[in-house]
Amino acid sequence: MSAAERMRREQNRTAWLFLLPLIVALVGVAIWPLARSIFFSFTDAFLDAPANYGFVGLDNFITVAEDPVFWRAVQNTLFFTVISVGLETLLGLAIALLLHRAFVGRGIVRAAILVPWAMPMVVSTRIWEWMLNDQFGLVNKLLVTLGLVEKGIAWTAEPSLILYTVIFIDVWVTTPFMVLLILAGLQLIPEEIYEAAEVSGVPHWKRFWSITLPLATPAIGVAMLFRTLDALRMFDLSYVLAANNENTMTMSIYARDQLISFQDLGLGSAASTWVFMIIGLIAIVIVGVLRLDRATG
Amino acid sequence: MAMTTAATAKRYSNSTYRTIRRVKTFGLYAGVAAVLVYMLFPYYWAIVSSTKSGQALYQFSLLPSLDFGNYWQLFHNPVFMGALINSGLVAFASTMISLVIGILAAYALGRLHFSPGRIILIAVLMISIFPQVVVLSGMFEVIGWLGLYNRPSALIVSYLILTLPFTTWILTSFIRDLPTELEEAALIDGCSRLRVLTHVLLPLMGPAIASTGLLSFILAWNEFLFALTFILTDENRTVPVAIGLLTGSSRYEYPFGQIMAASVTVTLPLLVLVLIFQRKIVAGLTSGAVKG
Repeated sequence: MSAAERMRREQNRTAWLFLLPLIVALVGVAIWPLARSIFFSFTDAFLDAPANYGFVGLDNFITVAEDPVFWRAVQNTLFFTVISVGLETLLGLAIALLLHRAFVGRGIVRAAILVPWAMPMVVSTRIWEWMLNDQFGLVNKLLVTLGLVEKGIAWTAEPSLILYTVIFIDVWVTTPFMVLLILAGLQLIPEEIYEAAEVSGVPHWKRFWSITLPLATPAIGVAMLFRTLDALRMFDLSYVLAANNENTMTMSIYARDQLISFQDLGLGSAASTWVFMIIGLIAIVIVGVLRLDRATG
Repeated sequence: MAMTTAATAKRYSNSTYRTIRRVKTFGLYAGVAAVLVYMLFPYYWAIVSSTKSGQALYQFSLLPSLDFGNYWQLFHNPVFMGALINSGLVAFASTMISLVIGILAAYALGRLHFSPGRIILIAVLMISIFPQVVVLSGMFEVIGWLGLYNRPSALIVSYLILTLPFTTWILTSFIRDLPTELEEAALIDGCSRLRVLTHVLLPLMGPAIASTGLLSFILAWNEFLFALTFILTDENRTVPVAIGLLTGSSRYEYPFGQIMAASVTVTLPLLVLVLIFQRKIVAGLTSGAVKG
């Protein structure tokens, strides 16, 4: 055996040894539970006696697919994801462009905008719930004082408004994350390009359109991917604001409801497997579009 | 094209330039101020509201009224204080475990020439995008087998699905950026791999470990779904769930003053840490993503 060969084997053995805790932990908390969830989705098990089950084939999947409440949840989730990720990206890009410029106290401002992001989602929800309260909330008081409305709007109770309220809160919470990632992307663009463009008299909007935007696209794309996948599994915001109100119910809330509230392990597992498949499909499509496979290599 | 723009630009006098620059500077600071108000005002309003009770809570005053009754009640509420301790313990323990496992894995993935490494790294990334609800039923079983149901330690175990992929991914990208010479010298001198990791790399990784650990702590501290599902009784709850489930005896007695006090209390330690470590946090958040 050559020295190089021995070295390669040694590295392989060490690598497996160092990766063992990670593999054991991830099999225990992710891969095995995922496999069991998929397994249970083919059974009629209940949560109080999971060992007592029979196989029912695709029945659970069909029951979920025939439930209009599930499709309502899917629709809510998709609408929420598209609108809030879209708004966050635009707002994030605007704020990042602003904070990218030199001004006194830039470091402090960049730190300060982390505040909404560092808070627990539950806390942000509660704060906005209070500010948007129909009778005593600050927002309605402002609107009434300014004469924009006659009496307070029930932002968190009105069925036609509540999903927009959820989107509004989510945009507030996650815009800082977008700003940071886009800002990091902007900082990678060499200053010389702008100087050259300025010297040749390229107007501002055109510098933005043909230099900033294309060069920041990878950062924006990655940020959007993260946020989209996160938004698709959203649970806490809707749950705290409106529990299982059908107007804001997300796919995750629906699946957990079947599983925990109705104790139906089989049906709940099928619902969460549906969620997994839907999110997986969307992830594949986005990654394909972004060609992220090249970027991670 | 260049010539004409340069030529037209010359039309302005010096004072016009100064005015334009002033307007631009003013616009910049106005924009920054608007961003700050948008991002910070809600938290400020929570602080203001938390210092009011009774009628004062419903009056429109931008200044805090220094009535700390809500905090006094909160700190004498054993359920809330217990939740605070649970949250701290759970977040700290899952972060520590994730850091130890993550550092070991990051060394193997970032340094050793190891062909399955890429597949493992992609699997880790895929696990981090799992919708958490999909592991709920299986995790229920695992926690049952471990005998941890309704115990805070159930959360330490289940939070690994959030914190472990995250720490592994970020630390791997960090280790790849470190120079290799020192380690090679140590290896030639006959150091074992583990010794190289603990004595050569670890001291260099301090900042990365601090930022990754803090981000993972925030992730665990803020988690809601598992904490809501795997804990049944009030005394074992974590703080986000305690706040999420806090309601008044009727719709009209909604204790917003207390909820705001709790919200401020829960967020304050995070904010202090975030402001202290902000540079490192930003580096940690963006290193994995943007460098890609």
